[in-house]
Amino acid sequence: MRAQPQRTISGVDLELNEEQLALAKVVREFAAQEVAPHAERWDAEHTFPTDVVLAMGELGLFGIPFPEEVGGGGADLTTLCVAIEELAKVDQSVAITLEAGVGLGANPIYCFGSEDQRAEWLPDLVAGRALAGFGLTEPDAGSDAGATRTKAILDDDTNEWVIDGEKAFITNSGTPITSLVTVTAVTDRTDGRPEISTIVVPAGTAGFEVQPPYRKMGWHASDTHGLSFDGCRVPAANLLGARGRGFANFLAILDDGRVAIAALAVGVIEGCLAECQRYATERVAFGRAIGANQAIAFKVADMAVMADAARALTYRAAALRDAGKPFKREAAVAKLYATEAAVTVTREATQVFGGYGFIDETPVSRHYRDAKILEIGEGTSEVQRLVISRELGLPVR
Amino acid sequence: MNIVVCAKQIPDPAEPGELDPETKTLKRDGKLILDESDMYGVEMALQLADNAGGGEVTLVSMAPDNKVDGIRTGLAMGAAKAVLVSDPALAGTDALGTAKVLAAAVGKVEGADLVLTATESSDGYTGTVPEQLAELLGLPSVTFAKHIEIADGKVKVQRQTDAGYDEVECPLPCVVSVTAGVVEPRYPSFKGIMAAKSKPLDQLALADTGLEADQVGWAGGGQEIVGVEDAPEREAGEIIEDDGTGAEKIVAYLENLKLV
Ligand SMILES: Cc1cc2nc3c(=O)[nH]c(=O)nc-3n(C[C@H](O)[C@H](O)[C@H](O)COP(=O)(O)OP(=O)(O)OC[C@H]3O[C@@H](n4cnc5c(N)ncnc54)[C@H](O)[C@@H]3O)c2cc1C
Ligand SMILES: Cc1cc2nc3c(=O)[nH]c(=O)nc-3n(C[C@H](O)[C@H](O)[C@H](O)COP(=O)(O)OP(=O)(O)OC[C@H]3O[C@@H](n4cnc5c(N)ncnc54)[C@H](O)[C@@H]3O)c2cc1C
Repeated sequence: MRAQPQRTISGVDLELNEEQLALAKVVREFAAQEVAPHAERWDAEHTFPTDVVLAMGELGLFGIPFPEEVGGGGADLTTLCVAIEELAKVDQSVAITLEAGVGLGANPIYCFGSEDQRAEWLPDLVAGRALAGFGLTEPDAGSDAGATRTKAILDDDTNEWVIDGEKAFITNSGTPITSLVTVTAVTDRTDGRPEISTIVVPAGTAGFEVQPPYRKMGWHASDTHGLSFDGCRVPAANLLGARGRGFANFLAILDDGRVAIAALAVGVIEGCLAECQRYATERVAFGRAIGANQAIAFKVADMAVMADAARALTYRAAALRDAGKPFKREAAVAKLYATEAAVTVTREATQVFGGYGFIDETPVSRHYRDAKILEIGEGTSEVQRLVISRELGLPVR
Repeated sequence: MNIVVCAKQIPDPAEPGELDPETKTLKRDGKLILDESDMYGVEMALQLADNAGGGEVTLVSMAPDNKVDGIRTGLAMGAAKAVLVSDPALAGTDALGTAKVLAAAVGKVEGADLVLTATESSDGYTGTVPEQLAELLGLPSVTFAKHIEIADGKVKVQRQTDAGYDEVECPLPCVVSVTAGVVEPRYPSFKGIMAAKSKPLDQLALADTGLEADQVGWAGGGQEIVGVEDAPEREAGEIIEDDGTGAEKIVAYLENLKLV
């Protein structure tokens, strides 16, 4: 008998283990029963499905990559990617709620929090009973996050930070279960260069206002708000990690997030591929299935190629991360390729569905509107190309 | 409150099934999953143990090739341990043989207060194992439970009937078969999945059950599958064009079938 081909890329094993396969099955069933039947309505009504997010918490999804000591599932980034991918096949909004809840919400507290901060905030975040937002982007500072204008000044008399400024597009920042947002702010200026730190602001703090939700092109069931801080006071102890390390800390957790977004894109591609396989076989025009035309069949074939390529790149990056190896370049490669492929696939899937592809009740139409942000959030495609160019030693600026 | 739940592992109904032309039985050499029918029993058992303030839920299963994937799902849902009987000599075992094996497996579980099964499996669906199991264990049998409560050493069951339901009381221990209406099964949590791999799993061969090879398998079968045929094609419907008398024609058609 021929031995099973070894599924490895650059020496990392890409085979999912038994628990990851079992998790994929459970999340697939959960998505089919609890998410898919409602996704169109949530999209139309811009509903954040709090109950379903809480149920995802009960499944343990928000705790997957954190150690058992802090209430987590004791697994890794690969396992988190499996869950995100399965949700994204059906609905990107719930998938991004999980991705951001873990990567941007709980992870900074876990990575940089003091004993006290972890004890106070982590249990609910890891259990998915609460969500946290991460406020980096500002109206005038996105890709160039170092241009942050939000200020935090330490009031020595009261031993409090006084925060003033604006944040833009912050995911999970205004849900009924949001417990806090972490924000980057300039805490000092040395030699004209801003010192950026990260500060925890509990939901409901006076002077911290969550703006009404944006009207977005997609991700309607995901929660996104602008935030404003006007003389907002929090205890000095709410500094997260070392003073002046805010930007560096943020960069350190960014790579994980890129892999997780790539996994979301893989799910989108897989979801659209499955929809198109079915539709191209069932839909009849000119007396034959539309998939009998190469023009349509080849589109679907190309989707399968993109699905395989995106999956391999994504799980390679995750496996390197989980093996403790460098993965910055691989994370950027995966995020760039998978998200651009997702946009291509959703556009072509809409084409395969013809007029129905433009109608809201067809899932690929929602996927098409939802996918575009994947090329923008957590580092635009241009930023990924910058990262890759730098990793290649190019003199790019 | 210690509860034993029969957990049949079956080929995934979502995958196309295949019959072995030789034995005329379902091929089960691929991956097996927990029969959805048995998830209701697992969930009911977990809730009953919880309500009773404690106790263990144990799964028993008979399956080929020491397959455990389906059992792991039940353990991930929260069952404490499992007994699996697997042996090449069990190939071809019929429903009564299955009941004998399951009875032996239940006998390995100490202090069982209640045995739950589904009313019928999703693949074999003879719907006969629960009653045979009860007989072999010498226990009372209550069937088609759509609601179960336990109080004062008795089980109170609402037993689904065509017209409604019967209220049945029965002393413990006993065997109860549950319908899909009895409870909503939970999704296994990720922690449950991780915990399942280290839960005790007692793997038995035929010799451990005290049964002889001629009581089970092809040899022990009291029934034989003599032939397999495709289900008849559904006949094409009758199209009635409405020329103003369409409604009367449809009524006449239905009257002819004695449907109205
Ligand atoms: C739905 C949604 C959710 C979001 N969630 C969060 C969140 O939770 N937290 C958070 O902090 N932010 C969040 N964001 C913000 C997101 O990360 C930023 O929008 C993104 O980083 C881009 O920043 P920007 O919008 O300021 O664009 P800009 O930085 O102004 O970029 C505009 C264009 O210029 C390009 N560009 C910029 N600089 C260069 C360069 N040097 N070389 C080449 N091209 C360049 C960009 O690639 C882009 O195409 C979210 C955004 C959206 C829409
Ligand atoms: C010659 C022969 C060969 C056969 N080969 C096959 C075969 O290859 N595949 C096949 O599907 N059937 C086969 N059968 C039938 C098979 O043996 C019975 O399906 C099986 O033994 C139990 O019957 P059932 O599934 O109809 O049980 P039912 O009476 O419908 O089951 C009721 C409940 O009993 C419990 N239960 C039943 N079986 C098990 C089990 N194995 N482990 C744990 N709990 C259980 C479950 O709770 C189940 O829902 C064969 C029968 C004969 C006569």
